[in-house]
Amino acid sequence: MGFLDINHVTKSYGSVQVLHEVDISVNEGEFLVLVGPSGCGKSTLLNMIAGLEGITSGDIAINGRVVNGMHPARRNIAMVFQSYALYPNMTVGQNITFGLEMHGTPRPERDAALARIAKMLQIDHLLDRKPSQLSGGQRQRVAMGRALVRDPAVFLFDEPLSNLDAKLRVDMRTEIKKLHQRLGRTIVYVTHDQIEAMTLSTRIAVMNKGYVQQFGTPKEIYDTPTNLFVASFMGSPSMNLLPVRVAMLNGSPHAELTDGEGVKMHLRLGQANLAGQEGREVILGIRPEAITDPEGADRKSGNIQHLRTRVGVTEPAGADTFVTTTLSGKDVVARMRADAAVAPGAPFDFAVNMDKAVVFDPRTEERIPA
Amino acid sequence: MATSTEADFRTRLQDWLPKLVLSPSLAAILVFVYGFIAYSIYLSFTGSKMLPSTDLVGWDNYRTLWGLSAWQTALINLAIFASLYIVICTAIGLLLAIFLDQRIRGEGVLRPIYLYPMALSFIVTGTAWKWFLDPGLGLENTMRLWGWESFTFGWIKDRDLAIYTVVIAAVWQTSGFVMAMFLAGLRGIDNELLKAAQIDGASNWNLYRRIVIPLLRPAFLSAFVILSHLAIKSYDLVIALTGGGPGRATELPATFMYSYTFTRNQMGVGAASAVIMLMTIAAIMVPYLYAELKERPQ
Amino acid sequence: MSTLTQEAQLARAKGPIPTPAPTQDTAVRTGRVARTFIYLVLLLFALFYLLPFGIMVINSLKPLSEITGGNMLALPQDWTIAPWLSAWSTAQIGVEPTGLRPYFLNSILMVVPAVAISTMLGALNGYVLTKWRFRGDTILFGLMLFACFIPFQIVLIPMARMLGLLGLAGTTAGLILVHVVYGLGFTTLYFRNYYAAFPTELVRAAMIDGAGFFRIFWRIILPVSGPIAVVSVIWQFTNIWNDFLFGASFAAGSSAPMTVALNNLVNSSTGVKEYNVHFAGAILAALPTLIVYVVAGRYFVRGLMAGSVKG
Repeated sequence: MGFLDINHVTKSYGSVQVLHEVDISVNEGEFLVLVGPSGCGKSTLLNMIAGLEGITSGDIAINGRVVNGMHPARRNIAMVFQSYALYPNMTVGQNITFGLEMHGTPRPERDAALARIAKMLQIDHLLDRKPSQLSGGQRQRVAMGRALVRDPAVFLFDEPLSNLDAKLRVDMRTEIKKLHQRLGRTIVYVTHDQIEAMTLSTRIAVMNKGYVQQFGTPKEIYDTPTNLFVASFMGSPSMNLLPVRVAMLNGSPHAELTDGEGVKMHLRLGQANLAGQEGREVILGIRPEAITDPEGADRKSGNIQHLRTRVGVTEPAGADTFVTTTLSGKDVVARMRADAAVAPGAPFDFAVNMDKAVVFDPRTEERIPA
Repeated sequence: MATSTEADFRTRLQDWLPKLVLSPSLAAILVFVYGFIAYSIYLSFTGSKMLPSTDLVGWDNYRTLWGLSAWQTALINLAIFASLYIVICTAIGLLLAIFLDQRIRGEGVLRPIYLYPMALSFIVTGTAWKWFLDPGLGLENTMRLWGWESFTFGWIKDRDLAIYTVVIAAVWQTSGFVMAMFLAGLRGIDNELLKAAQIDGASNWNLYRRIVIPLLRPAFLSAFVILSHLAIKSYDLVIALTGGGPGRATELPATFMYSYTFTRNQMGVGAASAVIMLMTIAAIMVPYLYAELKERPQ
Repeated sequence: MSTLTQEAQLARAKGPIPTPAPTQDTAVRTGRVARTFIYLVLLLFALFYLLPFGIMVINSLKPLSEITGGNMLALPQDWTIAPWLSAWSTAQIGVEPTGLRPYFLNSILMVVPAVAISTMLGALNGYVLTKWRFRGDTILFGLMLFACFIPFQIVLIPMARMLGLLGLAGTTAGLILVHVVYGLGFTTLYFRNYYAAFPTELVRAAMIDGAGFFRIFWRIILPVSGPIAVVSVIWQFTNIWNDFLFGASFAAGSSAPMTVALNNLVNSSTGVKEYNVHFAGAILAALPTLIVYVVAGRYFVRGLMAGSVKG
């Protein structure tokens, strides 16, 4: 029984079902991120937690209390919206204390809470301004202040950084993380940006087409994605996915693939339960950082394989160099150290860390366990 | 390469052409609007009776004007009519807009019903209401036939109450328009704002009072400007509904001007009254237009 | 000239064409009691708006005896279209028993050219004011805009004189002139606001391609002006058809428009008041604009909104 329990929750609009059987349990103080592409249902789920949308079946409980059908104002939640939704005709101070005012908090208490929050978010010099006079980052902070001042059980964030430019987004991301560490509140955060998901969360729910594809810690999601969707959605540049055949060599299963020139190559797989499945077609997933130059390979790995093939393009990005080659008919991206001796068109010795490799069944799209 | 004189001509033509194209309209406006306004102002300072004359009489016409009880009646009527008209139209328009915005089934049918009176001529409206309000034939008669013997609704024949019938008919005609303006304004409000207020615990009443209605301020302003200018110009409706009567009970500046200029052959005084009407409208419109045009991206 | 560039420009132009914002369902929640109350109020108001016109319709189909004796809300016992026929062709208007037909024709003869000319000029003006900017153009626009709002009483006397001087007094042509001039402000407003959303690069690119002022207008701007042209036409049609003041002041005789004739019919003090004929006449007068409203109401609303200047 967690602090926030989502049990068997579904959502339908008439005959169209947009959310299927969501089961998520969040502990107090956790930072849950709902991530997925547009239309996956993450915002719908958030609105259902907030009480802005009804629940078709299942229930949601906050701190032990089932909140189905309860008005948003009574659920003890606060929300930060994508557009901040600051009341344009009120000052910053009035915006922040509006919720307290609606709940009947007397004036002196409201002012005290406002002073406290304003100081914490460093917006005390903005209290008399109207939202239209603030910059994007300032508005963000006011929106967070409005949520914080209510001291709710759960904070909800609906893509709060989408409207900011890239640099500001990174800065605000760090601020949100610091705030979470400092205050230790329970947060549910919706975003389509997988970097935000990875960096901010304690646990992630990856969603697609109304289903929760995987629910776990960032590390679990990243290292052991349950299916092809999660594997390709999380991580940038995305995981390389190669169609290969299982071949038994020297008694162990290998992945058989062909390079850009038709030369057949083999990589030893760590997945023991693929033994004896000679000829099976599977999909091999390797992240770019698992394919490096020999000197840059992970020394702690027990399964570094070498692959010699021709380099396609190189993209020096300053800190690393991204190298593209062709395997199994697909473009494969490798990430190596900036000073690796790579030249386009020339053959190169790639070091592949097969410890990090994952294998998927092409039909079910699910990961084949090791 | 074209000779330098040819290129010059072409560019010069392109410079000229837009202004050339604009000029007929501009000339028309300058003459028929501003020129005529100037002429009417001039006339108001002359002793014109049936035909325009050129003998200047200074402020005489204006002095006469303010002394005429008909003019004073017209002004009082205008004040009553305009204030009631504006307030009631705004209230009804706002109410209907807010109600219609509540995800009403059949909105597509209701909205055109509220708006169709705008498509009618004021003469048609006046004719319809004149009859509806006639004691012998309209509502009063119907109520009596249905058994309510003592029901009276003879406002239109009553000297003191007739002006209110003009209000009713005018509100009937234009409140739909005000509703459409407020509805557009309501639909432009970001839904996230409303959700945030709900989470903040605002009841529907507070939500509308503290957040939605303040956000409708531009719509209120537009409505006020348009309604006040319509009120001042009201002529067709009064003519059709009451003809200015009974007696002078529903005289408005517009009807006053017409009758004094064309029927009573007091052109100078009539012109003076028209000038007063213009000044009043200008006092409202000019600041409004100025503010609107200043905002526009240049 | 490069048609490819034009196509590309048109495609780009379709981008910023101001389309009405998608209406979102409000997030406000209302309980069942509140909703019942809301529906009740809305229906009552619908009744309020429909009743006067409905009564006119019902009573235009009754013989006179039923009207003077009876209840205005009662349906006709003896349905008859005689009042309509009378209103159209035999009713007494002023001194002639011609019915409204000739005046209906007058209105049409007046409205069609007036609408066409003022719309065309409005389009050109809007085009100039947004794509060929020059110093002081906003002031000029302001002058034109203010002209929409003047009380027309103030131009009656000079206009009457002017029409007399031009030999157009009491003619349909004179009315056309009047309506064109005083409609220019509105049509220019519509087109100007509409064209303002098109990027100026459109014109500059076309100029580089070698197109001149008029060619740009005909080939690039005009083809995409459909929606606003409809708005302008509808608005002008409604206003000019419904006008009474100018009609009464400048064309009171045989070239009077429909509205003046209707007023004569209804307010004639001689003889028995044939109310049923009056109503039939009023509905005849209202039919054209009502039909336009029913058919193209969406554009009517857009015209109302644009005309309130809030662009």
